Amino acid sequence: MNKFGFSISQGRQINYDEIKSDKLDKLLELVPSYKWCIGCGGCTASCSAGGFTDFNIRRIHTAFQRGQYDGLEEKLKSCMLCGKCLLVCPRGVNLRSLIINMRRILAGVDVVTWRPPREDRIDKQLAKQNEKNKRI
Amino acid sequence: MEKRFWNEYQKDIADDHFFYERSCIRQTFFPGSEAAFLRILREELGKDICDNPHQHTCTGIGYHSDVVPLETTMTVVARLFSLMSECGYENYVPSCVTSFGVFSEVIEKWEHNPQLLEQTRQFLWEATKREFKIPKNIAHPSDVIFKFRFDLKPKMKYQLVNRFTGKPLRVVEHIGCHYAKIFPEKGIGKAEFPYVLAGMIEAWGGEVIDYPERRHCCGFGFRQYLVQENRGYSIANTKKKFQSMEPYEPDFILTNCPGCSMFLDKWQYTIAEMEHKTYDKNGFGIPVLTYEELAGLLLGYDPWKLGFQLHQVQSEPLFDKIGIAYNPDEKYKGISGRLLQRPARPECLRQE
Repeated sequence: MNKFGFSISQGRQINYDEIKSDKLDKLLELVPSYKWCIGCGGCTASCSAGGFTDFNIRRIHTAFQRGQYDGLEEKLKSCMLCGKCLLVCPRGVNLRSLIINMRRILAGVDVVTWRPPREDRIDKQLAKQNEKNKRI
Repeated sequence: MEKRFWNEYQKDIADDHFFYERSCIRQTFFPGSEAAFLRILREELGKDICDNPHQHTCTGIGYHSDVVPLETTMTVVARLFSLMSECGYENYVPSCVTSFGVFSEVIEKWEHNPQLLEQTRQFLWEATKREFKIPKNIAHPSDVIFKFRFDLKPKMKYQLVNRFTGKPLRVVEHIGCHYAKIFPEKGIGKAEFPYVLAGMIEAWGGEVIDYPERRHCCGFGFRQYLVQENRGYSIANTKKKFQSMEPYEPDFILTNCPGCSMFLDKWQYTIAEMEHKTYDKNGFGIPVLTYEELAGLLLGYDPWKLGFQLHQVQSEPLFDKIGIAYNPDEKYKGISGRLLQRPARPECLRQE
């Protein structure tokens, strides 16, 4: 504590002009469907991991957008990549890819040379899985 | 029908015969302002204004900090009104914006609850054997100066113009929250577009800066600053304002509230000490002036008689810009002409 006995409280205001957007730009490049997110929270409501831990997808990707990266890497470890969120998303955001790529970007993995599986391929796999589930 | 356009709204301000009430804190932090107001009104405008020595607090600070109950505040306010009635005046001019807000609030309460008015009359009689009349007109001194701004202009020796560039000085105006945010119709321009200080700046040659946090609170907020642990919230508000105004490079800040003047001035030192940051590109800090000091300065009054040496942020660079004559050797001389002790210079804030 300084000689005044108090310090200047940090504001809760988010100034988008001051946020370095390189991480978000990279994420949007890798997961273009993230642009469609309307923040409805369906992903969070359906999340298995969220039922047992404080894992909250909407909160995490909102914090990522705002450049508030502290503690995100640890929180993202709670995701089991089950993909239930993918099934409920009304906008078709590839949330599993979003989480994997947020993890990679925050871990400092060279995402320039690394390429994730193409989204359309994941969608095909998912469609196949859905067909299989229906048959069962 | 209520007027919808703020610029059409005109506040009723008395023309003459004012009863003046001094602020509790202004004479400590901006000691020349109230004397300058009285001098301007009496000598420059030839008005009649009563400065009663028996006046006292309005309880504003205690009231807004929840240590003085409303009934006590109303009775104390009633005693102030009784002083006015005793002197034969009907136009009340409280120096402090907080007092202005308290009086407006109390009168509003009395209008809506006549039983409170009767109770207050009874309390005052029981305590002091005094009676009072509700003022016909309550105006803040900034309203009065605003009203007579064009009358003062021809008497002014200086204009708000940078003599080196010939351009108008760029001024940030900050209006106390209790001036018009509690009762919008009591302020010139109401709450959203208060014009009281902007009108003075424009009339006297300056340019008003319209910056994003223009209407944000200075951070005075009684409950915040009174408790040391909470002062971080208080100063955070002031910092927010400075960050917002910094890119516009204001020449000075003009205020009409004792708390705002004090905080915007003193917190600049505190922020500089804590974060090594000044919001003036030359490291001096942005001078904070009261409207009386500004009027007095432009009328040619001695800056040291106006109390500029007691500001935290020193104003010499501003005097140089306007071309105001001042004697640096007189700066720390008392009324007797004897040199008083020079204050220690802060390392974090530049001074001439």
